[in-house]
Amino acid sequence: MTPLIRRPKSIDTVPFVLFRSYDFRTLLSLKISLFVPCFVDQLYPNVGISMVHVLERLGLEVDYPEGQTCCGQPAFNSGYWEEARSVAAHSLDLFADAEHVVGGSGSCVAMMKVFYPELFHGQPGEEKAKNLSGRMWEFSDFLVTKLGVTDVGARFPGRATFHDGCHGLRELGLKAAPRALLGAVRDLELVEMKEAETCCGFGGTFAVKFPMISTAMADVKCASIAETGADFLISNDSSCMMQIRGRMDNQGTAIPCYHLAEVLAAQ
Amino acid sequence: MSAPVVDFHKMSDRYSADLRHRALIQKALGAYYVKRDEFKSRFQSWPEARNVAASIKYDAVNHLDDYLVEFVEKAEARGTKVCWAPGADEARAYIVNLARSRGVRSIIKSKTMTGEEIHLNEALEAEGLEVVESDLGEYIVQLREEPPYHIVFPAMHLTRGEISDLFHEKLGTAATDSPEELTMIARDVMRRKYREADMGISGANFAVAETGQISITENEGNARLTTSLPKIHVAIVGIEKVLPKLEDLALFLPMLATSGAGQPLTCYNSLIGGPRQPGEVDGPEEFHVVLLDNRRTQILADPEQRDTLSCIRCGACLNVCPIFKNVGGHSYGTTYQGPIGSVITPHLRGLQSWKHLSSASSLCGACTETCPVKINLHHHLLQNRRNAVQEKPTAWEQVLFRGFAFLMRRPTLFKLAARFGFLAEPLRRAVDRTPLDPLFAWTQSRAFPPLAAEPFSAWWAKRRGKSA
Repeated sequence: MTPLIRRPKSIDTVPFVLFRSYDFRTLLSLKISLFVPCFVDQLYPNVGISMVHVLERLGLEVDYPEGQTCCGQPAFNSGYWEEARSVAAHSLDLFADAEHVVGGSGSCVAMMKVFYPELFHGQPGEEKAKNLSGRMWEFSDFLVTKLGVTDVGARFPGRATFHDGCHGLRELGLKAAPRALLGAVRDLELVEMKEAETCCGFGGTFAVKFPMISTAMADVKCASIAETGADFLISNDSSCMMQIRGRMDNQGTAIPCYHLAEVLAAQ
Repeated sequence: MSAPVVDFHKMSDRYSADLRHRALIQKALGAYYVKRDEFKSRFQSWPEARNVAASIKYDAVNHLDDYLVEFVEKAEARGTKVCWAPGADEARAYIVNLARSRGVRSIIKSKTMTGEEIHLNEALEAEGLEVVESDLGEYIVQLREEPPYHIVFPAMHLTRGEISDLFHEKLGTAATDSPEELTMIARDVMRRKYREADMGISGANFAVAETGQISITENEGNARLTTSLPKIHVAIVGIEKVLPKLEDLALFLPMLATSGAGQPLTCYNSLIGGPRQPGEVDGPEEFHVVLLDNRRTQILADPEQRDTLSCIRCGACLNVCPIFKNVGGHSYGTTYQGPIGSVITPHLRGLQSWKHLSSASSLCGACTETCPVKINLHHHLLQNRRNAVQEKPTAWEQVLFRGFAFLMRRPTLFKLAARFGFLAEPLRRAVDRTPLDPLFAWTQSRAFPPLAAEPFSAWWAKRRGKSA
């Protein structure tokens, strides 16, 4: 666990990286395929762009297999598994040759990593689904667990609070990774909110099938965020952000919301 | 009565907007979270305790045929009468006939969710019998003529003031804000009822196969009196309550207390192994156990969801569920509320009528994370959704998702559609937040973010074009 390279204390402006278990050669030979979910592509392109910047800054080669659409989660979550499978098959083909697939949305990554094997259980494509599952990474998990990196040389001044997306938190077990990364961001103070692990109420189609319940859940979340007095909100899931920011805007209580990748890309 | 789904929408919408209710439930559960975590930490390893509990229940559920027979043999050997009740009708009929044949007039009950499940009180009252709930929370909701709000805390939705008003109205007692005084009022009523009652009815938290005993967990001592003072004691026991060994209770009693109430152990834990034996000076003359199936064997037949029979009804999943905390226990319209209720009610009462409960979840997984016996609750909600669609898809939804699948398999078409959406955005903005808005279900309470002028895929293509 000894870091191979230590960041010299005197040099704060140069992005240095703490590598835990990889030497440069292994690291630089990693092939990363970026997975940018449909709604991130269309609504939050800056999240994808920031991921590219962070990974490239670390000296890694990033590819974006074109032709990406949706992971199929809306159909899957609504019970239409046959339709979900046909969409998922598209992603399975697209990433068939990818070495590591890295996505910035815990929910979509969980769909591909955890739920694809369930979706294809006993169906043609089961092997492919299991195979992709092992190569699938959420962005913060990839940096911290796979690369052993926590300091990506970012600077982001202010007080922030962090929202744990449920799929990232409970399906992928990402509690420590995003916090380790944020802990190394210069001039950033992280204040935990009381309801950090409480669902924001998005839940995909749930948000429009039961808008009143979904909104009540968003209100609980927003109140907890406001309680911290944070200047801005950070999360590793854009879908939660859509819900939280959407509710804040509606109520006139909006504070800036950033995806983890956007914070890590800032210098 | 309207369809369950209509009632659920009506009730859950109302409760979701009820800020007073939300604050009340948050406050009521605040202390629970602290205590639960404190006593979890007293276990040498809570995660390991969960593993062991899940494996004991796995064994019990998968060998239910053996353990139930063992339980019944041991129980009957000590003079317990056992009724195998395939459904609610048989269970009710057995108890009603028993009461009739013994000339019972007054019945005292301690907490039993299986009793709620088979609507026992209504059946007994229809026979002209007086039935009084002896659990304080149950007594309160009985006086209010409403079902329990929560499987463990039946009256958690009420304030002390409301309870005081209720007692004043129904029992003519003076108003008080003191929990002790309120308890004393109920206790006065109870003590009289215990003496009058000819029959005591209870549930059971566990049924021990090895010894033929039932185990009852409680905090008020009311179950102990209910099961020992009247001449006849009837316990209604769901068949999934079986534990193989007596020593299993060493894990399950503290686990149930910790998960269920945030206690190291509940104040009273009783083991009942039969009626009064020769030479004993107290206890009931007759002890009857009604073993209730009521479609539990249907769950047993489903290998995917069989683990839901491991449930020990601790209510921990309700306490962490953000849906439950916002819509409250009465919105569900079921005996078992919260995540476990949403999972099993479709099995117990019909998938098509109760599938909406499985959809009314953001699938956050807090329930699965907290469940002491590791039931994969939120994945079961997904399976219920799938099963409901397989059995009977909703026409418009099927069209929608077929269209969705068609689009998402065609990246170029998807991009075109998204660009069309971008160009049409000003038109939508013109009707933003009105019912004409195609996104109204979202925008009625939340702003929708603008579509990007340049999506990521376009940015990437441009960038690659430059570098090439």
